[in-house]
Amino acid sequence: MAGAALALSGLAAQQQQPAQAPPQQQQPQQPTEISTTISSDQAGLPPRFAVPDFIALPGEGAASSAKPDAEVADAARTIGRVLWDDLNFEREFALIPRDVYSTVPAAKSVADVPFDRWRELNADGVIVGAVHKTAAGVRVEVRLFNVRSQQMAFGREYTGSIANARLYAHTISDDIHQQQRALRGIARTKLTFNSDRDGERLAGTVENRGVKEIYIADYDGENQRRVTTQRSLNITSTWSPDARSIAYTSYRRGPPQIFVSNIYQGTLEEPTKNGAGQNWLPAWSPDGTKLAFASTRDGNSEIYVMDRDGSNLRRLTNNPAIDVSPTWSPSGTQIAFNSDRTGTPQIWVMGADGLQQRQLTHEPYADRPTWSAAPFNEIAYTARTGPGNDLKILELATGAVRQLTFGEGSNESPTFAPNGRHLAFMSTRAGKAQVFTIARDGKDLRQVTKTGNNYQPDWSK
Amino acid sequence: MRSRVMSGAGTVLVLLAVVAAGCGDKKPPVARPLPPPPPPPPSAATTTRPPSPPQPVAEPTVVPPEPIRDTAIASASLDELNRSSPLKPAFFEYDSSELTSEAQQVLNGNAGVLKKFASWTVTIEGHCDERGTAEYNLALGERRAVTTRAYLISLGIAADRLRTVSYGKEFPFEPGHEESAYSKNRRAHFVVTAK
Repeated sequence: MAGAALALSGLAAQQQQPAQAPPQQQQPQQPTEISTTISSDQAGLPPRFAVPDFIALPGEGAASSAKPDAEVADAARTIGRVLWDDLNFEREFALIPRDVYSTVPAAKSVADVPFDRWRELNADGVIVGAVHKTAAGVRVEVRLFNVRSQQMAFGREYTGSIANARLYAHTISDDIHQQQRALRGIARTKLTFNSDRDGERLAGTVENRGVKEIYIADYDGENQRRVTTQRSLNITSTWSPDARSIAYTSYRRGPPQIFVSNIYQGTLEEPTKNGAGQNWLPAWSPDGTKLAFASTRDGNSEIYVMDRDGSNLRRLTNNPAIDVSPTWSPSGTQIAFNSDRTGTPQIWVMGADGLQQRQLTHEPYADRPTWSAAPFNEIAYTARTGPGNDLKILELATGAVRQLTFGEGSNESPTFAPNGRHLAFMSTRAGKAQVFTIARDGKDLRQVTKTGNNYQPDWSK
Repeated sequence: MRSRVMSGAGTVLVLLAVVAAGCGDKKPPVARPLPPPPPPPPSAATTTRPPSPPQPVAEPTVVPPEPIRDTAIASASLDELNRSSPLKPAFFEYDSSELTSEAQQVLNGNAGVLKKFASWTVTIEGHCDERGTAEYNLALGERRAVTTRAYLISLGIAADRLRTVSYGKEFPFEPGHEESAYSKNRRAHFVVTAK
């Protein structure tokens, strides 16, 4: 709730006068939110949550003494642990480490929660869940209790297949963040990136050239899957806003062209089919109807916009310099991009109609702007800081720039999580090129990929 | 000449003097300039040491290797051709797509090869070192390829024989992380695609 209030006041400050912000923060919260939101008894600290393993229960109708099968027991354990990780990722709650839970007797049912023992661990909230086997799959019930009042603050049940237990945890995490914090969680979002992990070689060239294929993965790096199989160079993949399609650059036809893979239908579109020149770096408009991209079809790299089927092509830049790397503002009214028209690559911004072009950065070298989601009005980019690159974030309202990485390897290709609170990027800090995630304040670095080299992540919306 | 004639004939009969110049006896001297041939005779002094024989000797030695290479190239498969390519890469300075004088010399040589094998079509690949970002380097590599192509066209190579593609920093030729590797990776690389 505090996050939402701050976000609202931040928006108001941009549009009107900053002086109006304080009164808004003092507006009373809605009573229903107060009654179910768990807070810490120490002001200013996040509430402490415990998330023990979920309880595995035998199927309905089975004798209560019957043992749950191993599959259900596995799912119960997985859901509890992944939920702990998901909740921990947003840092809205202080997750009590799992290794101290052994002091608390495991609950046999959702009715016998040992509140006094959780209170001894200084927990403000405890999440109690159970997994029941059903004819069609499983039923997962989950409750969040206020440990002091022993009242239920959140309760919901989910049914479905047992095939992907992690997805139950991700969904529960997003629901709890929404209900407790009015925060859009990102536990069900995905990353796309390109990888040379398969070690396959490009055909038709005498040089030893490795292919790069497009991959997707859950935000936490699980469920990594290959999308393209052409044994070609496939790069700069990016999620459509509905996360059902991936646009990317592929060299499978020789010169680079833009492709759109509808990953759930298994269909492929070629919006720049037979387009002249090199066509690169697609970027979806926030409503998913258009793609901005860079092309040399008129002789020099410029920014263009087309409908996602390739129609209604419009040229936005007209300049002898290099113009590449377009990114849309969350409202879809502006496009930031890279241009070296001043002599060095810098971040520029223009209206989505190409008008009012102006320079945003004054770095020795800056590229790959990526616009954050609301409420943060920020652009992250790659800046040359020494032998390698580091990530920086430009706050558009104030012009303030802050640095996120500090010379550990080269750090490139930032992309924001859809709630603007995290970024994914490529870093060589661990040797090879790998995808990492980091919080927007520079904390909580996590390595997402570990196999081969992995580049140019993009976070689903 | 004419001033002498005029001074001799006097100022009163200028016209007569002009006419006289047209058919006077003193005109023949004008024909004298014809002896340009004499100049060659003076150089005949050096003809005593005409070691022309060496030149013919040098020519035969040059001729043999070329036909051999030509037949080798003509009969080679595209892969063999590209493995030991007669088309040399042109190298670039950091973040630059301008052709250095060395690069121009390389391209002059490549233009000669392309004129000799007029049926070849080639793809000019633009490559970059790893210091720039992957995204910007796509455009920089393209610019290098385009600059290279434009220079070859200016040397008389047909534009439709020259395609360009940029690989940015995706395919480094040298894996290292220092200038010695970078300088080899900033290049316009030639691939023969048809012959």
